[in-house]
Order: sequence, then structure tokens, then C-alpha cells
Amino acid sequence: MTIEEVAALVQGEIVCGDSFKNREVAYVFASDLMSDVLTIRDTSNLLLMTGLSNLQSIRTCEMSDIEMILVVRDKAVTDEMLELAEDNDMIIVKTKYSMYKTAGILYGAGIPAIY
Amino acid sequence: MDFTYHVEGGDFTNAGSTSSEVKRMLKKLGVSPDIVKRTVVALYEAEVNIVAHAYRGDINVDLEEDKIRIVLADEGPGIPNVDWAMQKGNSTASPKVREMGFGAGMGLPNIKNNSDELHIETEVGKGTTIEFVNYFN
Repeated sequence: MTIEEVAALVQGEIVCGDSFKNREVAYVFASDLMSDVLTIRDTSNLLLMTGLSNLQSIRTCEMSDIEMILVVRDKAVTDEMLELAEDNDMIIVKTKYSMYKTAGILYGAGIPAIY
Repeated sequence: MDFTYHVEGGDFTNAGSTSSEVKRMLKKLGVSPDIVKRTVVALYEAEVNIVAHAYRGDINVDLEEDKIRIVLADEGPGIPNVDWAMQKGNSTASPKVREMGFGAGMGLPNIKNNSDELHIETEVGKGTTIEFVNYFN
């Protein structure tokens, strides 16, 4: 499934990196704890679902080679975050849904957990 | 090649900027992606530790043909019990640090897991020096 299809499923909005909307999402990891995100070895085609919307969530993705982020609970994405994400060729989708609801929809649609 | 970067305690806006620079440098040098990732994950955790716990610190990056050696020396409270701090889940982080997505006691274990050699020296009331080495082959 592409990240654009993921966005449609959760009534999300692409707020950054529209040109990367055809990227394939193979797995999802949901966390607000960035140290947990940093433990993941293979992050290829991984979508990070998080309610932590600040510069450190983008920095963590930069260090972890994660290029797709889904921000839940309608958290604000600041200009600084957008700039850093653009510098790193990331795509960010934002949804008003809670993390539990978003996870349920994506899991139900067949995207597996990373573990 | 030898580079030094300065980090200010509490400066969460710039936390990770050194790790970002080092990542760009290693990629440009053609270091394998797996080693780049291990190195910058360890460095980022250690850099965030300075921002989260110390007053200030310096990061020295020494790039050699076969390895990278990174030394992070901070002025800060030090770690009273390193063995305790090395265990997952143990942390003295402030609520502000936790709001940033850290402070769950994963930092030092993550650094250990992502480095080939790790050495920690600390003195309570003075500061902490973390040195780690990753080999390219």
C-alpha cells in the first residue's frame, strides 16, 4: 500500500513531501518514545506513527533512516519540523484520528506491525 | 580527520544537529549505510543525553581510515551508578526530557548496542565522558 493510500484510509492530509506519496508502506511502528524508535534496525519502507510532534521526532527519523511519518491526534506540525523533514526527503501525513483508531484501521487494512 | 562540536545543555532545538552533520559526512565518505546508522543512533542518544542532563559539552569526532572514534565530554552532574544507568528503564530524566520522547532509560543501552567499543568515565558533580568506536569493516 502506498503512503497516499494510507493517508486516504485515515482521512489524513499530506503536509510535507507530496512528491513521495507513491512510497510503499510495508510495516508500521507506533510510538511516542523516540528511544524505542531508535532500537529498530531495519527501517526500510517503515511508517512511523506517532503523537509526538516536535523536532526530535523528525531528528529521530533522520537518524533511523525513516522517511514516512504519520502524525496522529491532530498535533501541530511546525515550520521547523517541515523544514527538517524536507531536507531529509521525508513525507509527513497528519490525521485527526487517535493512535488507537489509526492503528486499528491500518492493521485491519493489512499493514503488519514490525514486530 | 578530527572535528569538535559544542553542545549546550537544555538546547532541545539544536539537539541532534551534530549527529546530523556527522551522518552527512559519513554518507559522503561512502561508509556503509548500516555502520552510518549504528554510529549516528549511538551519537544522537549521547548528544541528547548532554542536552537532557548536562550544562554543556563537547563532541570530538575522530575519523580514521578503518574506524570512527567519538568522545562526548560534558560538564554536568555525572552518573552516580553507571551499572544502574546501563539497565533498560532506569532514568533520572526530567518531565521536559520525557516530553521530547526520551528519558525512558534507553539511552545508554542503545549506545552500547550501536557501538563496537564503549567506555564511560564519570564523576559525580563534575561530568561524564563517553567514548565509543565503530569499525568500518
